[in-house]
Amino acid sequence: MRTPTLTVALTALVLAATAACSSEPTEGNAAVVGGPITVEATDTSCTVARTRAAAGTIEFTVRNTGSKVNEFYVYGEGDQILGEVENLTPGLTRSFHVEVATPGTYQTACKPGMKGDGIRGDFTVTGATSSQAPDAAMATAVADYQEFVSAQADALLARTTEFVDLVKAGKVADAKKAYPLARGPWERIEPVAESFGDLDPKIDGREDVVEEGMQFTGFHRLEKDLWASGLQPDTSVVADQLLVDVKEIVAKAKAVTLNPLQLANGSKALLDEVATGKITGEEDRYSHTDLYDFDENVKGSKAAIDALRPVLKARDAALLATIDSRFAALDTALDAHRTDTGFESYTALSPAEVKALAVALDAVSEPISKVAAVVAK
Amino acid sequence: MTDLTRRSLLGVGAGAAALGAVAGVGGAYAAQRTDGSGPATPSVDDQVVAFRGEHQAGITTPAQDRMHFVALDVTTTDRDELRDLLKTWTRAAERMTAGAEAAPGGVVGGGPYGVPEDTGEAYDLDAADLTITIGYGPSLFDGRFGLADRRPEGLRELPAFVGDDLDPARSGGDLCIQACANDPQVAVHAVRNLVRLGFGVGSVRWSQLGFGRTSSTSRSQTTPRNLFGFKDGTNNVKSEDGAALDDHVWVQPEDVPGATSWLAGGSYLVARRIRMHVEVWDRTTLQEQEQVVGRTKGEGAPLGQKAEFDTLDLTTPGADGQPAIPADAHVALAHESRLGGIRILRRGYNFTDGSDGLGHLDAGLFFVAFMRDAHRQFVPMQKALAAKDRLNEYIEHTGSAVFACPPGLTADEHWGQRLFS
Repeated sequence: MRTPTLTVALTALVLAATAACSSEPTEGNAAVVGGPITVEATDTSCTVARTRAAAGTIEFTVRNTGSKVNEFYVYGEGDQILGEVENLTPGLTRSFHVEVATPGTYQTACKPGMKGDGIRGDFTVTGATSSQAPDAAMATAVADYQEFVSAQADALLARTTEFVDLVKAGKVADAKKAYPLARGPWERIEPVAESFGDLDPKIDGREDVVEEGMQFTGFHRLEKDLWASGLQPDTSVVADQLLVDVKEIVAKAKAVTLNPLQLANGSKALLDEVATGKITGEEDRYSHTDLYDFDENVKGSKAAIDALRPVLKARDAALLATIDSRFAALDTALDAHRTDTGFESYTALSPAEVKALAVALDAVSEPISKVAAVVAK
Repeated sequence: MTDLTRRSLLGVGAGAAALGAVAGVGGAYAAQRTDGSGPATPSVDDQVVAFRGEHQAGITTPAQDRMHFVALDVTTTDRDELRDLLKTWTRAAERMTAGAEAAPGGVVGGGPYGVPEDTGEAYDLDAADLTITIGYGPSLFDGRFGLADRRPEGLRELPAFVGDDLDPARSGGDLCIQACANDPQVAVHAVRNLVRLGFGVGSVRWSQLGFGRTSSTSRSQTTPRNLFGFKDGTNNVKSEDGAALDDHVWVQPEDVPGATSWLAGGSYLVARRIRMHVEVWDRTTLQEQEQVVGRTKGEGAPLGQKAEFDTLDLTTPGADGQPAIPADAHVALAHESRLGGIRILRRGYNFTDGSDGLGHLDAGLFFVAFMRDAHRQFVPMQKALAAKDRLNEYIEHTGSAVFACPPGLTADEHWGQRLFS
């Protein structure tokens, strides 16, 4: 399946992480010049005492003098929340800090009753943009993952060569054994591979997604020949073409330049592949070797998380711990279907077993979906 | 790569803002309107039903028009994860019942790289009198979470009834969430977001949509009709019934001694998915339909009486001198006079789940009822009905579950607290 994972448009905001929940003034910066900015929130008004502050840490003290539960927000572009305080019950006063590093116009809002757009006001941040230090950990993460992609690309070429040779020699039984193994490296780096336009459908397109005027080629065509229709007069030609296409994609994958967000999104995309293609038994409909692909997708997803591990550990260790424990649970669920040589056929799974795999997959997919935002901080 | 900054790594152009998010999050929500003295009351102004109170909302709350009900299996074996989920659910449920996003800024506030914390389909909608009611199934107390000694004696699976055709995939569950609202999108949104928060801890076992209420739970409401075209719930226990609620609906402290006292003020929920063979019913004469039900179709009066709320009298003779209401009519068998004074609070919904592949609607009544003790109230009632009810010719029970719904929450309390304390 194709997903446009790597075409993510990278625009807009860089977020600087802080976790200043205490009311202690943060070190450096002209943070609390002039003291906290008081806000009086009523059911119908939102009075912000000062609407200008210098870039850095800004403290707000919000008092709810109305009769409804209130909230106070500081918004950036596109209503992105820079800071908020919720559960302001009537009569309550609470303080919070918001870190704004870049001068510009922002918005404040009170939300009596917790809903709607709130009562908005402009807020101006002045001064100079604070510069950010290079992030060595992030650079290392990208370098590590590119190394992984490169190694998988090498393996893909070697195993595809072997598979193609067996097909061309008419050794059907051996070719069937080689088929899921040749696909392994492909499945691990699928989002990277899929970013190269036409090559993906040529290599991994399923019969039902072949567009008009395009031939049904690649792994799944050979799968159909091996398991369903028998070797055809043009099977060898298709096999040769697969190797040509794989060589091209390997060269491209080894040259690709990635960024950390692509790692995060790739990790998620691989699990999405499992959810929409493998758990349903659609991917390998003739060979029913879907669990091999399932396993390789998961390994690829984990590899991206492993590359980002130092970054995640520093920024959201709890999220990383959740991801780790749920990957482990998913592995355990998959292990139940391992055989001496690989995996059971998808058709051997009972509906309850498929559901157990889906539950374990959902469990890890939710926290994985939060990785991109942590990386973007 | 020596001058790599986060900015260049992310490929961000000049002029972008560098922002830091600082959150001030704490404590649970306080209720918007909590008097703590009685059942949740509906609002006429803002369509918000109070989330906190002596009892959970969604029981005596005047029945809303729509329902989305979900039963879940707990998949974790970690007690703390379950407790944390109940806390997380409390916060999100309280927010959504107030008409707010499941989390602050949940739809767009997380920024372009964040996954929205709220799914968004209720963003512009009012609270629509949304209530979210939670319940715990008998299997939750099987020992996985150290709750075995906290299982109230009455929280046991229902027995099999004559004629049941139960589908295990539509029955049981460790937890249930009943979301009712006057806007179906609001109810579905609530369930969807709570289920999402539960991934990794619980998974959906079955769910049921109800498109129209079949009961009145307040004297302020008119009596609705079920898919057989009859008024349903005329003789229901109503929210105005004070003492009757304590007798028939709310679990009393003496019912749940010791470690099971967490359920005092709560209620047992019985859910039954009742498939109605509507095509067969529709070919039945009016007289037969009325004899089967025991009420007139138009007015809803008990047979032998004139008006809907006339007292049902099983001895009033008909034209032939025999009792106007046949002894095996639905209302006769379900009547408290035949069941030692048993009453329940019915809160069911009509459903259609598409068609059955044979050209018939897969439609019926999703029966939901609340009571003080399922085994002393629902079970004898259903035994009587299953044995003799003339309606059985037209219906089939295809799903079944029982849950214990805890009492309402006090300020700052969350669902996990009393159960695990």
